[in-house]
Amino acid sequence: MLLGIGFLLAAVVWPFVGKEYQVYLSLSFFSYSIALLGLNLLFNYTGLISFGHALFLGIGGYTAAFMTHKYSILSMELIMVVAVLLSGLVAFLTGLICVRYIKIYFAMLTLAFGMLFHSFLMKTYALTGGDEGMHVTQPKLLSMDLSQMDKMSFFSGPYYFYSLVLFLAAAFLMWRIVHSHFGLSLQAIRDNPDKAEYLGVSIRRYRLYAFVISGCFAGLGGALMAPVTGHMDPAMVFWTHSGDMVFMALLGGFSNFFGPMLGSLVFIFLRDAVSSFTEYWRFIFGALLAALVILAPGGLMGLLGRAWASLAGARGSGEQAT
Amino acid sequence: MAVLLNILSSGVFNASILFLVAAGLQLVFGVQKVFNLACGSFYALGAYLGITFVDAFTGAGGPPLLSFIPLLAAGVLLGALGPLVERGLLRFVYQRDESFQLLLTFSVVLMFEDVIRFFWGTYPRSPKGVYLAFGTLHIGGATIPVYNLLVIGASVLIASLMGYVLGKTRFGRIIRATASHSEMAQALGIRSSVVYMKVFTLGTVLGTVGGALVIPTTAAVSEMAVHLIVLAFAVVVIGGLGSMKGAFVGALLVGLLKSVSIAVYPELEMMLIYLIVIGVLVMKPQGLFGGTS
Repeated sequence: MLLGIGFLLAAVVWPFVGKEYQVYLSLSFFSYSIALLGLNLLFNYTGLISFGHALFLGIGGYTAAFMTHKYSILSMELIMVVAVLLSGLVAFLTGLICVRYIKIYFAMLTLAFGMLFHSFLMKTYALTGGDEGMHVTQPKLLSMDLSQMDKMSFFSGPYYFYSLVLFLAAAFLMWRIVHSHFGLSLQAIRDNPDKAEYLGVSIRRYRLYAFVISGCFAGLGGALMAPVTGHMDPAMVFWTHSGDMVFMALLGGFSNFFGPMLGSLVFIFLRDAVSSFTEYWRFIFGALLAALVILAPGGLMGLLGRAWASLAGARGSGEQAT
Repeated sequence: MAVLLNILSSGVFNASILFLVAAGLQLVFGVQKVFNLACGSFYALGAYLGITFVDAFTGAGGPPLLSFIPLLAAGVLLGALGPLVERGLLRFVYQRDESFQLLLTFSVVLMFEDVIRFFWGTYPRSPKGVYLAFGTLHIGGATIPVYNLLVIGASVLIASLMGYVLGKTRFGRIIRATASHSEMAQALGIRSSVVYMKVFTLGTVLGTVGGALVIPTTAAVSEMAVHLIVLAFAVVVIGGLGSMKGAFVGALLVGLLKSVSIAVYPELEMMLIYLIVIGVLVMKPQGLFGGTS
């Protein structure tokens, strides 16, 4: 609770104290976090690992690109509604197939669908600009035309708070979902599918619901991300980008509700810091990922939890001694 | 007729390279049950080191027609990475969930991508004047590069050698025993850690040799690893995870499809392959030859 209030205060004060560029970077944090809320509904709460979640980021992002750039529809709210509906639809159609499988087969199917969309984007040059991608025009927020603002102050001002509010709303919604009857059923399916089925939980249907919700969150994240980068290209949906998302979730600790958010925060700012002194940030991140997988599969949240427990333990035994 | 022959020869050439990498992937998946994303990195490393070796070889006055020697040397030398990755990283996660195994091999992909950038930079590279030195054959109006035919031959040779080793030798029996009943094999006195290391090294060499052999025909680019992974992925999914026969048929199918669609309707190229992958996963998730290790 205290941590939550602390985060909120920090997030509100941040644009006034942080450097403009760093405030701009935190916009990626908001959009990735929203997408990761979705990814983690599958990864942690349903026990399914998606290696193709960038597909939904891409659908959200390309929705924003199409609407703003091709059709001059600049209302961010409308863009997000369409992005969520479209990703939900695609998640439903692909999910019908994907949720029939678990484990490595689920991962492979999601990867295949992601790459199918990637090759579609690459080859439909006339429609999507192929590998050059598409421009994303600065949208209107709540029907306010802010195009006269200079780009940086738009992003570190109104867009920042807009994203923050969305992020909080998305996190609140997901919190409610995972603590609802539905969320608990998903965890029951993850832990013991046979027992859950015996108790009357329809496994496939619940997995499909989770997949659709997960896709919607990722689509929303993608739509929010698009104006920030100002550009959409197929690299957005390439399988390595999906891998990065899973990386973020693991980095923060996917078995904790807040872990993936911490993961995206650290990933984004650490990458920025590392790539400012070496161009070989991938090597460092690869080594970091390997170390995490082998030594600390609970991620940063796991490490913090362990440190906290040993601290509390030390204090507890200290009290006994006196 | 000529068009058909051209498509066929380039398709089979694609397939023979894909088979090598996919066979490495299958071997490791069959024994360790780990889907090794890093197979693409080994392929890319083989390609880059192959260029360096061939250039040094021809630079020192070696005849281009013998450039198979430096290419294979590069591939085999890189096999040293096998024990490094397996003993250093992979062995810690055999008992873990597939998500951790996938992420660990993904971390290897990330690291090797920068290793390649560090040693060879980001510009496309290709070895000088090797491919043309081999000349071309004219059959039925089609022009077929001799080098391609040699690579196809080499790949078939490697495939039959592997078939022999896996099927007829003691080492092959140990591998198959470990793949199907690793605890039983261990109880009979087989040290599975040694088998794992050897199998992974073999898988690595198949990937690096594949990359080394392909490089006279194309340019090495820094994204070649991540692009090949998805192709190898398609091959093994279509053929069936863990099956050598599957790798063979899958590679032929993907290789031919690629060359047919490039010649007929390039827009479809990769999309068609992914559609088939999805189709196979839906109809027969164990792949065309799954379950017959």
